[in-house]
Amino acid sequence: MRNLFGRSLQTTIIFLLVAGILVLAFGGYLGSASRGLGGSLVGVQTWFATRFAAIQDFLAAPRDIAALRQRNAELEAEVSSLQGQVIELQQKVDETEILAALVDFSRANPVSTYKGAAVVGRDPSPFLHYIIINRGSNDGILRGMPVVTNQGLIGRVDAVIADAARVQLVTDPASAINVRLQNADTDAVLVGSVTGDLSLEMISQEVNVEPGDIVLTSGLGGGYPPDLIIGQISNVRKRDYELFQQATIQPAVDYSRLEIVLVITNFTPVDIQPLAPLNTP
Amino acid sequence: MLRNLIAFPLLALVVIVQSAVVSRMTLLSGYADLMLVFLAAWALKADAESAWLWAVLGGTMVSFVSGMPWFIDMTGYLLVVLLAQILKQRIWQAPLLATFSVIFLGTLSMDVLSLVVLNVLGTPLPFGDSLGLIVLPRVLLNLLFSVPVYAVIRDLAQWVSPVKEVE
Repeated sequence: MRNLFGRSLQTTIIFLLVAGILVLAFGGYLGSASRGLGGSLVGVQTWFATRFAAIQDFLAAPRDIAALRQRNAELEAEVSSLQGQVIELQQKVDETEILAALVDFSRANPVSTYKGAAVVGRDPSPFLHYIIINRGSNDGILRGMPVVTNQGLIGRVDAVIADAARVQLVTDPASAINVRLQNADTDAVLVGSVTGDLSLEMISQEVNVEPGDIVLTSGLGGGYPPDLIIGQISNVRKRDYELFQQATIQPAVDYSRLEIVLVITNFTPVDIQPLAPLNTP
Repeated sequence: MLRNLIAFPLLALVVIVQSAVVSRMTLLSGYADLMLVFLAAWALKADAESAWLWAVLGGTMVSFVSGMPWFIDMTGYLLVVLLAQILKQRIWQAPLLATFSVIFLGTLSMDVLSLVVLNVLGTPLPFGDSLGLIVLPRVLLNLLFSVPVYAVIRDLAQWVSPVKEVE
C-alpha cells in the first residue's frame, strides 16, 4: 500500500514537472534554454548527417560515375547524330532553294523546255573551263544545247555520252558568243579568258556604253537562243586609236559554285559553217 | 599481270577524284594534276613496261573526260614516264628527290605543250598570264600532292609485285 502511494506520488511529481516545463516553454520562459538545446541537437544531427552523406557518396560514387560516363557518351553520340542531321537538312534546304528558283525560272520562261542536271565534275585541265553534268543522251541531251540557271547563261553542251555531258562554260578561253547590250541596243562579241573573266569585244566606237548595261544573248549565229542574261558591264575601255571599244563584264552567275543547272532541250543550234565564205578577198 | 589489271580501277578512280574534287581545289587559277603525279610516282617504282602501259591508259581516260585534244594528255603523260625512266637511272638512291624532279619537269613540259597546242589550234591563251596563274600554282600543288601519292604508290608497288628474297 505504501509502495503504491509512493509510485503514484512519483508519477504525479514527474507529470507535474513535465507539465510545468511545458507551461514554462509555451509561456516563453525557456526560450534561451530551448534554443541552446535545439541548436546543440541540430549541430549533432548535422554532423552525423554530413558524415553519413560523405560515406554514402564514397560508397556509391564509382557506380554513379560509370553510369554518368555512359550517359554522357550516349548524349554525345546523340548530339553528333543530331548535328549530322542538321547539316544534312541544311543541305536539303539549300538544294530545295536552288530547285525552287529553277522552277520559278522555268515557269517564267515557258517558251523553252528544260532538263535539270547536277554538276558532278570539272575539266581535269585548268586551261579550259568545262563542267560535267549527270545527264546525257539517255535524257535527250544533244550537243549544242544551251545550259542556264535561274540567274543566267552558263554555256552549251560540248560532248555527250549516255548518262553524262560536258558543258563548255561561257568563261572558257575558246568561247565566243554574239551578244547585245540592252540599253545601248548594239551587238558585240563576248569572249572568255584563262582567268575566267568575261569581256566584250567588237563594240562600235559610235555607241555609248555605260557601266551597268545588261548583256543578253543576241541569237545571231544560231548558237544560242536570244535574250538570255549573261551579266552587266562593269568597266568600259574606249581609246580613239582603236577600231572598237572593249568592256569587262560582271557575270550574273558565279561559275565557281555551280551545283544544279538547266539544259534547254527544245533549242536546236544552227550550223552556219557551210554558209561562211571559203575565200575572202 | 596484277599490276596491269589494277591499273583500270585505280586510274579510273584517279580521274573521278581529279574531276570531282581536285579540280575544285584551286590556287589562283591552277589546280593539281593527280594523274600526272600518280604516273610519275608509278614510273619511278614499277618496271618500264608497266609504266608505259599505265601512261597510255591514264592518258586515254583523261582525254575521255577532258575537253583538251586527246593527244596532248597522251603525249604529256608519255613524256612524264620518259623523264622518270631517264631520271630513275641517275637519281636512284633518292626516290623522293627523283619524284620531285620528274613532277616538276613533267608538269612544266606538259603545260607548255598544252599552251602551245591550244594557241596553235586557235584558243587565245596569253603565255604570261597562263604561266603565273596556272602553270606555277599547278607545279606547286603537284609537288605538294607528290608526297602522299608517293607513299601510296610505294605500298601499292610492294603489294602488286613484292621484292623477291635473294637466296
